[in-house]
Amino acid sequence: MRGADYVIKRGFFALVTIFVAITINFFLFRVLPGNAVTDLSRVPHASPALRHALLTEFGLDKPKWEQYLIYLNNLAHGNMGISFANQQPVSHLLLADLKNTIPMVTLGTVTAIVLGVFTGVLSAWRRGSAPDHASTNLAISAYAFPTQWLGLMLLILFAGTLPAGGMSDPFLFTAEPFWQHLADVGKHMILPAVTLMLTTYGSFTLVTRSSMLETLGEDYVLTARAKGLPARRIVWRHAVRNALLPVVTLIALELGFIVGGAVLVEVIFSWPGIGLAMYSAIGQRDYPMLQGGFLILTVSVILLNFLADLLYFRLDPRITA
Amino acid sequence: MTLPIQDPSLAAEGLGVPPRRAGFLRGVLRERKAAVIGLAIIAFFVLLALIAPLISPYSATAQTCKVYAPPSASHWLGCDDGGIDMLSELMQGGRTSLVVGFAATVVAIVIGGGVGIVSGYFSGWADTALMRVTDYLLVIPDLVFALVIADIWGPSLFHVIIVIGILEWTSTARIIRAQVMSLKQRVYIKRAQAIGSGHPRIIVRHILPQVGPLLMANTVLTVAIAIYLETALAFLGLEDPTVITWGTILEHAFERTAISSGAWWAIVPDGFVIAIVIVGCFLLGQAIEDALNPRLKVAHLSVRRWRIRPLAGRGRDAI
Repeated sequence: MRGADYVIKRGFFALVTIFVAITINFFLFRVLPGNAVTDLSRVPHASPALRHALLTEFGLDKPKWEQYLIYLNNLAHGNMGISFANQQPVSHLLLADLKNTIPMVTLGTVTAIVLGVFTGVLSAWRRGSAPDHASTNLAISAYAFPTQWLGLMLLILFAGTLPAGGMSDPFLFTAEPFWQHLADVGKHMILPAVTLMLTTYGSFTLVTRSSMLETLGEDYVLTARAKGLPARRIVWRHAVRNALLPVVTLIALELGFIVGGAVLVEVIFSWPGIGLAMYSAIGQRDYPMLQGGFLILTVSVILLNFLADLLYFRLDPRITA
Repeated sequence: MTLPIQDPSLAAEGLGVPPRRAGFLRGVLRERKAAVIGLAIIAFFVLLALIAPLISPYSATAQTCKVYAPPSASHWLGCDDGGIDMLSELMQGGRTSLVVGFAATVVAIVIGGGVGIVSGYFSGWADTALMRVTDYLLVIPDLVFALVIADIWGPSLFHVIIVIGILEWTSTARIIRAQVMSLKQRVYIKRAQAIGSGHPRIIVRHILPQVGPLLMANTVLTVAIAIYLETALAFLGLEDPTVITWGTILEHAFERTAISSGAWWAIVPDGFVIAIVIVGCFLLGQAIEDALNPRLKVAHLSVRRWRIRPLAGRGRDAI
């Protein structure tokens, strides 16, 4: 039952980490000096009634430790306060944004993983060849160029052919058939997703390549060759399966970076997701939004990390602790 | 002077003589072309940053040509939205970006090295506590965290340096900790303990010199990450708006319609200098790490976090 220990241990770590994130969030915004930050009730243009309601709801007149308990309680009920910018509940706004962020980030990340693994495997298979050098150098460059620069380059290159910003064509009537909207959103998603893919795929290539090189040197690969299996089968069926284990770990570790990249990408392409919401929150000094966005992104990354841990456990039964 | 590590396989089994710092770097440079290229790139940009005021053709703050003037014989890289010469601006921006990169790295390496050594050397509860903090920071999305802190503190160069410094020490701490834990088992440390050397003395005299080269590799790699993060924070408007960095140049180009004006020269060269510096750091750091002992099994992980090191295919096949 040592495997179960592993799962419990990782689950516990995820829980503690989420709790730490929540606490840090409280400290950053309420306890550290800075008046605008500490006072959640100072919603601009708010009626005295709303202000008073917030004051009591979040206990802003109470001592800090009591505020912390109230904050935890509110959070447990999904209450993150009121946005300074438009007086809507933060949780509603952020959930709507999250719905836009997820498809774009998923598309970008999945294509990055597929492209990275594919080029990495080919590079290791044909090591030392011209395609290997080309793909490795390309991967290093993609890793080195700033995300926002890659986005701007795509904007310049595809200006006119692909939509440059937003998520859908504002002139498309809602009466249009559903699939037309879907195609429209898809078209808008291409540039942001490709930027995210470019900025993340390089590390997948490099790691897959080195992991494959190691695996191809294993004895069982030699055995497979000795049995006379075709090279293609050895590489894709025998080696890749084992070589992908480090890639799973890498995906988990890169999640934080992917989320950061997503923020930049959303800003460049005005993709109405959580990153853009946080960016505008900075401009408008909308602290509840900023706080909520930070919390949601952090907790998502922690949960996905836990998911990767479970996946790793599933893939590699040798893992025990 | 002979090479400290002649045969990587010796080091692989922990038999290699621990490298001395200066001689070690020279050895790496002699052995690996990538290291020479990397060092040359870094040296070139540092030199350029130092002599920028002497050689920059125009002022980096005053208008010397038309708004978004295309590249010409007198303005090699054209001009930006304020009619400022791009080449001069890039040189000035490089000065600040490199200062931010190096300063943030110093913070990160001091924290990371300190945490790694304390954690690895003393183990016990200190180790547990420090590693929990490290694990936590490893998971957290760093750009998002930096964005929140930088926003609360207000935009300034100093804040950006501190924010990057306190976020990017984790991988260094992990790697140094692993190394120190293995060093602690070596006979010469046991001997030093047996003759009554105190902990501070052992750390300073016996541990620190041994992790020196590893710290060096991490320093170089962290510089790349710091510069990368600085450009991202600047792009999101969290940099002091009055300073010129490679990050703010991109931000201004984006904010001030360089794209719709077709002024690619305000964007393209900036990305290239950033990428070249990062590749330079990557090549040098990677080469040093490769030459070092392969005991760091945390290796085959992230490029940005726990550094990737080719486990097979050293030398010619190494990335």
